[in-house]
Amino acid sequence: MPPPPTVVNAPPDDRTPTADSVRPTVRRDPARRIETGLGWLLLLPSVVVFGLFVFWPLGRTLYLSVHGNDLFGAPSVYVGAEHYREMLSAEFGRVLVTTGLFTLFSVLPAVLGALVVVLLLEARIRGVRVLRTAFALPFAFSVATASVVFAIIYNPAIGVANGLLGSVGIDRVNWLTDPSIALPAVAAATVWMNFGYNVLVLSAGVAAISPEVVEAARLDGATGWRLASRITIPLLSPQLFFLIVVSTIHALQSFGQIHILTKGGPDQATTTLVYSIYEKAFAFGSSDFGSASAQAVVLLVVMLGCTAVQFGVLERRVHYR
Amino acid sequence: MKKLSLGQIAVYVVLGLAAIPVLFPIYYGFVGAVMGPGDLATYPPALVPHELHWQNITDVFRSVPLGRFYVNSAVQTGLITLAQVVTSILAAYAFAFLRMPAKAATFGLFLATLMVPWEAIIIPNYLAISGWGLARGGLTYLGLVLPFLASAFGTFLLRQAFLQFPTELRDAAVIDGCGHWRLLWRVIVPLSKPSIAAVGVYVFLSAWNQYFWPLILIRDSDYQTLQIGISQLNDSEVAQPGLVLAGVALSLLPTLAVVLFGQRYIVRGLTAGAVR
Repeated sequence: MPPPPTVVNAPPDDRTPTADSVRPTVRRDPARRIETGLGWLLLLPSVVVFGLFVFWPLGRTLYLSVHGNDLFGAPSVYVGAEHYREMLSAEFGRVLVTTGLFTLFSVLPAVLGALVVVLLLEARIRGVRVLRTAFALPFAFSVATASVVFAIIYNPAIGVANGLLGSVGIDRVNWLTDPSIALPAVAAATVWMNFGYNVLVLSAGVAAISPEVVEAARLDGATGWRLASRITIPLLSPQLFFLIVVSTIHALQSFGQIHILTKGGPDQATTTLVYSIYEKAFAFGSSDFGSASAQAVVLLVVMLGCTAVQFGVLERRVHYR
Repeated sequence: MKKLSLGQIAVYVVLGLAAIPVLFPIYYGFVGAVMGPGDLATYPPALVPHELHWQNITDVFRSVPLGRFYVNSAVQTGLITLAQVVTSILAAYAFAFLRMPAKAATFGLFLATLMVPWEAIIIPNYLAISGWGLARGGLTYLGLVLPFLASAFGTFLLRQAFLQFPTELRDAAVIDGCGHWRLLWRVIVPLSKPSIAAVGVYVFLSAWNQYFWPLILIRDSDYQTLQIGISQLNDSEVAQPGLVLAGVALSLLPTLAVVLFGQRYIVRGLTAGAVR
């Protein structure tokens, strides 16, 4: 599935303020009133959807997180910070560590691997177009279809992964049932799902580099790794930065691959924050919406932190043209 | 023909090695779909089919109502895509062309919705939608699409496209008596087709691939979507990977077509924000 696009810095709206401030007296103009009315009418459908299904549920999540619930999930008494105190446990600490490791294992290899491929595709060789399309093909797979294919490849008895290991004399690996291997195995499937998108974004970045800069560097004798490390990679830093933030946000939201491949197991080894929310709220007839909502608030805070990093700290250090 | 340099050969070798793990699951997804049990359910498994086992393709329809899943996904994705494109066009026109109070603040609220992860608000949404009775029977379609009828990303992308038009266009439209509605549908929309297609392709792919929401919402298996159906097929037919892969291959056809024919719109839509 394509990762959710994140908007980096909306360009300033340079139109309306001047138009409004220059003519303050037209406010009573009936044509102006009609224009304003039409504006709200056009925004109405989106405002209603966002209000009902984003902003109101946001408040509801906070409300549920400080209330207990009955067996059917209906909120009951006010319990204050109790659900938050529950999270100060080794169990939830492990969920956070698993989430962090999953993010690390799925983001870094996908970004670095895509960088290497894109830099190599820049070498003047034949068949680059075919190779570029080939690397973007995993894009057609949804999280569910890709996970099902990987489930079959990882099958311990008849899967291709063990078949290939067996042919070089290595013992079978329990890819999804060995607690120390399951998390990297699910992360590897995730790397595969996101690789095509990363190649697309970095290719677009390379295409945007002005040919004069590269040509000038070549004339000065820069080739190969020198050209890449001194010119291409610094000029790609906005795209690299964008990819790291977007993939981190995307990895934190991963759910389908965990649900299909491991169901959070073995022994909680792949229970990430989002999977933990699902388990508490929905799995096996559970309806502990209070605890799940408190964890959802943690997820929200972590995501807002990522967005803050995106807009604040790191962005200033990135090279922009 | 020019001889390849050592460096170029090295580049080919590295790219070739990188291509194997990327392409293998795709190859296996499609080739496995026509492999028989003799190739798949043995150890070591075959990488190339000994015979083409087309029967998987027909058998999978007997194992699960794949056609029904297809219809459900098409209805859900079609409604979401159509609605998001229309609501985004309307909102983007207001943000780009109309003078109104509190516009910047409202636009800020739209962008704020991009920072709220769906997983963090899924519980209240589930309680509301199922509480309204929209998780049963034909109403399931409504429950599947209602939270996804508007898009801040689509609004943002189309507003960017609409801002390319000169402001005078609006004044001219008003003076000519053309009116905003006609300006929007007769001039702006036809001239913004590539951006609208980019939004449409993006919305289509994300709606078609949805997993968490249909998984928890749908109770009536008659309204199951394709993604959940395929994962259930994987659970129920563990012993017949060929059958499962046939389901996977069949379910991939629409997205594969979109990726192959809509590639330039994908790049445009998905890299918006990455390249300026």
